Formats: sequence, C-alpha cells, structure tokens
Amino acid sequence: MLAFALRRLLQSIAVLFVMSALVFAGVYAIGNPVDILINPQADQAEIARATAALGLDQPLWRQYWSFIAGAFAGDLGRSFAANVPAVPLILERMPATLELAVAAMVIAVALGIPLGLVAGLRPGSWAGKAIMAGSILGFSLPTFWVGLMLIMVFSVYLGWLPPTGRGETLMVLGVPVSFLSWDGLLHLFMPALNLALFQLSLLIRLTRAGTREALAQDYVRFARAKGLSMERVLRVHVLKNILIPVVTVTGLEFGSLIAFAIVTETIFAWPGMGKLLIDSINVLDRPVIVAYLLIVVLLFVLINLVVDLVYTALDPRVRLARREV
Amino acid sequence: MSKIVGSRISDHGSRIAAAALGGWLATAGAAELRIGLSADVTTMDPHFVAAQPNLTAQHHVFEPLLHVDERGRPVPVLATWRNPDPLTWEFTLRKGVKFHDGAELTTEDVAFSLERPFTIKGSPGGFTMYVRPIVAREIVDRYTIRLKTAAPYGAIPQDLAEVMIVSKRIAQGASSADFDSGKAAVGTGPYKLVRFARGSRIELARHDPYWGGKLPWDKVTLTILPSDPVRTAALLSGELDAIEHVPTADLARLKKNPNLRLAQAVSWRTIFLHVDQSRDRPPGVLSRAGKPLDRNPLKDVRVRRALSKAINRQAIAERVMEGLARPAASVVSPSVFGHDPALKPEPYDPDGAKKLLAEAGYPDGFGLTIATPNNRYINDEQVAQTVAQMLARVGIATKVEAMPLSVYFGRARNKEFGVALLGWGSLAADLALRSLAATANPDKGYGAWNWGGHSNPKLDQLVERSLGTVDPTQREALAREAAALAAAGVAFIPLHYQVVTWAMKNTLSYQARTDEFTFAHHFKPR
Repeated sequence: MLAFALRRLLQSIAVLFVMSALVFAGVYAIGNPVDILINPQADQAEIARATAALGLDQPLWRQYWSFIAGAFAGDLGRSFAANVPAVPLILERMPATLELAVAAMVIAVALGIPLGLVAGLRPGSWAGKAIMAGSILGFSLPTFWVGLMLIMVFSVYLGWLPPTGRGETLMVLGVPVSFLSWDGLLHLFMPALNLALFQLSLLIRLTRAGTREALAQDYVRFARAKGLSMERVLRVHVLKNILIPVVTVTGLEFGSLIAFAIVTETIFAWPGMGKLLIDSINVLDRPVIVAYLLIVVLLFVLINLVVDLVYTALDPRVRLARREV
Repeated sequence: MSKIVGSRISDHGSRIAAAALGGWLATAGAAELRIGLSADVTTMDPHFVAAQPNLTAQHHVFEPLLHVDERGRPVPVLATWRNPDPLTWEFTLRKGVKFHDGAELTTEDVAFSLERPFTIKGSPGGFTMYVRPIVAREIVDRYTIRLKTAAPYGAIPQDLAEVMIVSKRIAQGASSADFDSGKAAVGTGPYKLVRFARGSRIELARHDPYWGGKLPWDKVTLTILPSDPVRTAALLSGELDAIEHVPTADLARLKKNPNLRLAQAVSWRTIFLHVDQSRDRPPGVLSRAGKPLDRNPLKDVRVRRALSKAINRQAIAERVMEGLARPAASVVSPSVFGHDPALKPEPYDPDGAKKLLAEAGYPDGFGLTIATPNNRYINDEQVAQTVAQMLARVGIATKVEAMPLSVYFGRARNKEFGVALLGWGSLAADLALRSLAATANPDKGYGAWNWGGHSNPKLDQLVERSLGTVDPTQREALAREAAALAAAGVAFIPLHYQVVTWAMKNTLSYQARTDEFTFAHHFKPR
C-alpha cells in the first residue's frame, strides 16, 4: 500500500514537471502578455519597462528556471493581471468549482442509477425507451447550447431561477458554500444540472447495460429461483455487481466535471476556477495558467487514488498490492 | 428595483462586509442598481494596470483630479486648473471633499497619488506614462498644487483624467491585495467598496458625504458577465437593471421589448486598416498568382486610396454591423478632440478605384492578406471578410487571416502582417496620431503602434506642435490639421466608428458616453 502510494507520488511529480515545461513553452509561443495588458497609449520605453517588470525580457530557459526555483520555495509566481500570488487566486475560486462539480455528480448519480435500472429492467416499455432517447440527447447536445436554453426557459420565460452567478454563500469550516441557503441552491441548480447532463447520460447507459447483463447471469437466476424478492435481488446481487464500472466512471468523470466546468462556469458566470482559466488565457497570464494546470493535475492524481481505494472497499478481490506485479 | 437582502457573509474582506451588513439591513428595500459589465475586473488597485474594465469599477470608488464628460471633453472633478505659464499646471482642489474614512482631501494626497504609479512593482502596463511628463510637484498650500513639465505639453488634462487620487495615509505601503480586500480602497468617489468578489461581482454602497450631492442608488452591484447572450438573458430575466455593450445579435430583440430602452453613442473607437507602406515586400502582399512582387504597391498613395475607394463603408455599417457603426473619415472619431467635421468618409467608388490602380501600374490588381483579431472588436472578423470581398471586386485578390487577440497583437508587433485591422480610442487626435501615424521614434515615444510604417516629417512636426500647445483652442486647430494631413496621405484606411449601446429597464436613463465607460452614478431613474 505504501509502496503503491509512493510510486504514484513519483509518477505525478514527473507529470507535473513535463506539464509545466509544456505550458511554459506553449504560452510563450502564443504571444507576449505585455502586448495585451499594456496601456494602448504606451510608448516604446513603457513597453520595454513593462516587459522587464514581468521578467519577460529574459530568455525562456531562464524564465523557466526562476519559475522552478520559485516553485520549490512554494511560490508559483504572481498573476500578471491581478498582481496577487497565483495559487491563492486559484484556491480562492476552488470551492465554487468543487461545489458545482459535486452537485453535478450528486445529480448524475441520484438520477442516473435509478433511471438506468428502470431502463435495464424494462427495456421494451415506453419508460425505458424514453429514458434511452433522453440519454442520447444528453450525450449529443453541446453543453453551452443546453446552458443557454436552460437560461432562456427557466430564467427569461418562466422566471423561476436566477440566470447567473453564485448566490449567498455561508462559511462552513472556513470555506464559502452556497448549497446551505435557499438563494444559493436556486443559483446552484441550473449550472449543476447543465454540467451533470453528460455524466447523467453516461451513467444511465452504463447502469442499463450492466443491469441487462447481470439479469442474465446464473447467480441472479438462482437467487430468483430461491424465491428472493425482486427488490433484494436488485439491491444485493445486481446493483453490487454493476457498481464497479459505475464507480470507475464516476471517479474519472469527476475529473472531467471539473475540467468541463469551464464551459458551464462561463455561461452561468459561476465564479470558479474554470472561468479564471479562460480569463487568464485571454490575457496570457502565464503564472495563473501554469499554476491552474498544476493544481488540476494534482486533483486528477488524487481522484484516481481515491477511486483505487474505493475499489478495494467494493470488491475484496481487488488488492492494491497486486498492482505491483 | 428593490430586492430584499438577507444576511450574507463574505469569504474575504469580512471586516468591510460586516460593517456593510448593518448598512444593508437598514436600507433593505431601498434603491439598488444592478449592472452587467462585459469584461473582467482584475484588481481594485487603481494604479496597477490601465485597463478599461478595471477603470470602470475603480471610477465608482476613486476619482481623478479631472475627468472627461460623455463627449470626451475634460471637466473639473476634484480640482479646477489653469496655466500660469506653458510649463505649469496649477490645480486648485475643491474644498471639503471627504474620503470614505472621513478625512479631507488635500494636495498631499494628490502629490502622493501622482507618484504612486512609479512605486508599483511588476505592473504590466501601468500609469507611469501619464505621470512621467510631470517633472516636479510643488505643493503651494492645502488646496493648491503646481505640476511642472519639462516642455510644454497640452495633453496633461487627458492624461490626468486616467489617474485616480487615493488617500496618502491609507494607501502608503498598501499592496494591490489591500485594495482588493477593501482595506486600502478608500477614495473620494460616489461609492464605497463593500466587496470585490474577483471574476464575479463588485458590491458598492453609497458614500453619503459625496461632494457631488445625493445619488439615487443606495447600493450598486456590478456583475461581470463577459458572455454576450448571458448578459442579455440576465437583463431580460430581470436579474439585472442595465447592461453595457449590447451585442449586435440581440439589438433588434431588445429594441422591440417594451420594458427596456437603449442608450447609444458614437464611440471614440475607430476601426481601421494599417497598411504597410515602408517595406519592399510586406507579408501577404503578392501578385494575384501568389508570387512575390518586385515592389510594394501599398507604398503608392494612389493604391492606398484605391483600396479606400473600393470599400462600401455604408454597407458595412448597415449590414455587417447592423447599424452599430458609422462610416469613418479618419482615425479620429466625431466626439474626439481634434476631429475635423469637414473631413468626409471616402465615397464608395469601385470604378474610381480600378482607374487609380491602373494609373499606379496595377490594372490587373494584386494579392493581399488582411490580418484581424476575431474576439476583440464588434464583428471584427466579419468586417475583415466583407472588406476582402469588396477589394476582390476591384481586382485585388484578398484573403483574411483571423486569430484571437492574444496571438494577434504579438504577431502584429513583430511586423508579421502587411495589412492589419485595429481599433483605436483616444481622447485627442494628436494622442492617437502620436501612437498610430508618427514615424517610429523610441526616444520620443512616437509611433509605438505605427504598424504600417507611415512616415511623414511634416505630420510628425504637426503632432509634436499640437501636443506641445497648452491652449486648447490652438491645440485643437493643430490637431485637426494633423488629422487632415494623415487622411490626405492615406496613412491608414479608416473603416467605421463603432456605436456603443447600453440596454436598461425603461424606468432608467443613461447618458451614453463616447468613451464607452459604464458608471452607476450616471444612471438616473426616469
């Protein structure tokens, strides 16, 4: 277990290095942030001064070197545009993104598994067909379009939900959360649903396929033959066996929920990390872009670790140590 | 308008938030104004980066010595000014102006604020250029300060209109983060900063001892909504009372809505083409077959005029811009100081264009590539595509290369384009021409954005004389002359002046501003 965790750690450090170098070179290749941030009235001397002030007059390798040196001292640089350290800038936005992603995941799991079960148990019924048709729509409609439609219907025409932003936040253990107040929930619902749509469709399909497969297995038939109630068969035999792929996908998709949150956050003006990334890319705010990607890579590593741990809990046959072979 | 405000605890700046909480509860149900802004505000530090979205938010909290009115003309704010001699600008402060902490504004604060831009580390494009011409600050008394320049410089009012006055006592040693948290965001402006929620919104509360009198809104929320359809939807749903920068696509729809009204002004921003007239083989300027030419046709003023004649500006303004533009005669928009009303847009004349091309030795035309950003100006890429079609009709085979702004500016500065689209807004013609048309001269700071390499010593002299003239009437005459000369030499090909639009509930009115700024304190109930 320890060796496993250590190896994971070393792998992730290597990934972080490669990624930081790639992003550094990539942003450098796009252009010079001074060209975008500079006051249009600026003269040549002011442009040169600003370039030097941001350290951009140095050769790229030297800029990267000072970044690495700073990173080891725990400093990933200051935002060019906001003049504050990049990491706190991102962490300040992280609770909003995590809240949105968790809310989306809750919606996806709470709706996806029951709907998938229904579709799997009664594939020929109109309900089963409707669920499957809906999941195709959820897969294929682009997130930004669905987001705009949600706003048009629920905010503009019906006026039920606020169109944008995060509602009131309450502090829980020093972290601002919005799901504890009614206003916050109202603001959270639409973006979370929008973000959940893809994963919801995925879970429906996965659960349906798993259920169909499990129902045909000998152990299910045997359980039915033994005279167990359908409810118990589903809960103990079917559900438990189809949960492994569901947990894998949910875990992996949690990472993409955070990544895809960029689109949803932009549409609903949700003040999360993704929106910060877009704003930073627009002005080539390199310290923020690099720090953001480093944090996201770390998140992915953590999520994968948690998924591995949940496996062992769900299926005693899976041993982490075995992966050493 | 009114909205009940429940208890709310902010995640940062809790000191101010707590102080404001009491205020909000007391005024719950009182007049609130909620405005949707189109671009992100990166910091509340008014001396860090001279970006218009930041200035929009900061203008609510801080004030400059003088400002420009909705037509772009300097008007006194915190001070009146006069010139005892051409090298001296004497500012007399308004008496009894109070900062948000109750302290009175004095010339100490002014001197400090004009010095502060130099002290900020890591600023990517700050305010130093506005205060650099001032070589000495002489405090005469509590209310009088004399600013000296090394040479006569007439653009001091336009430059100082951008520099906010902060409280010396509070801002001394404060970092940008202190401004963001609200600790140092203490100005004389009409609104106090309650909370700066980066990337999301800015909450403001009225500063009651404001020298300008009582304002209609107790509370103002500036919400950051860069996505066009979302900003419109937020207005339609009633979540917002007003929005800035109405997108062309939604204009017709909002116009028809009886609950809303629009305010429009011709912007100071002119969209134009920089054409390379200095190099022998500029990128993208080729023969029709795509072969290099032996000389640069754009060096010939007849060819530049032919390009200008080939463009149907009226059609671009009406069709591509859906009415949100006016045909342009020069890079100096009608409201800008130094605009010459006698200058008319080049009329659409394709036959004349062909004739001029033949005269210049290009009866069969040549090939051209127009570079344009695709996320900066209203419908920028479509405008470039339309121009390309129009040029093709007179025999110039034109391609368009569109890219995001972050890529575009860097490549343009590297001189990678032969013809490049740019939008420009300046408060004065001489300021615009100094950057855009004067011969590049790093020592003088001229021609920093002269991508086309236009060079006319007479124009340089005129711009220099105009900027060196302190008397506004004389300066305007010189600035006009310079603008006319640049137009006569076809230094660039002007396309259109943008029209800027605000949309709001029909219970409100807004004095539309040519400089595109959105100020809550200029919204009035009807």
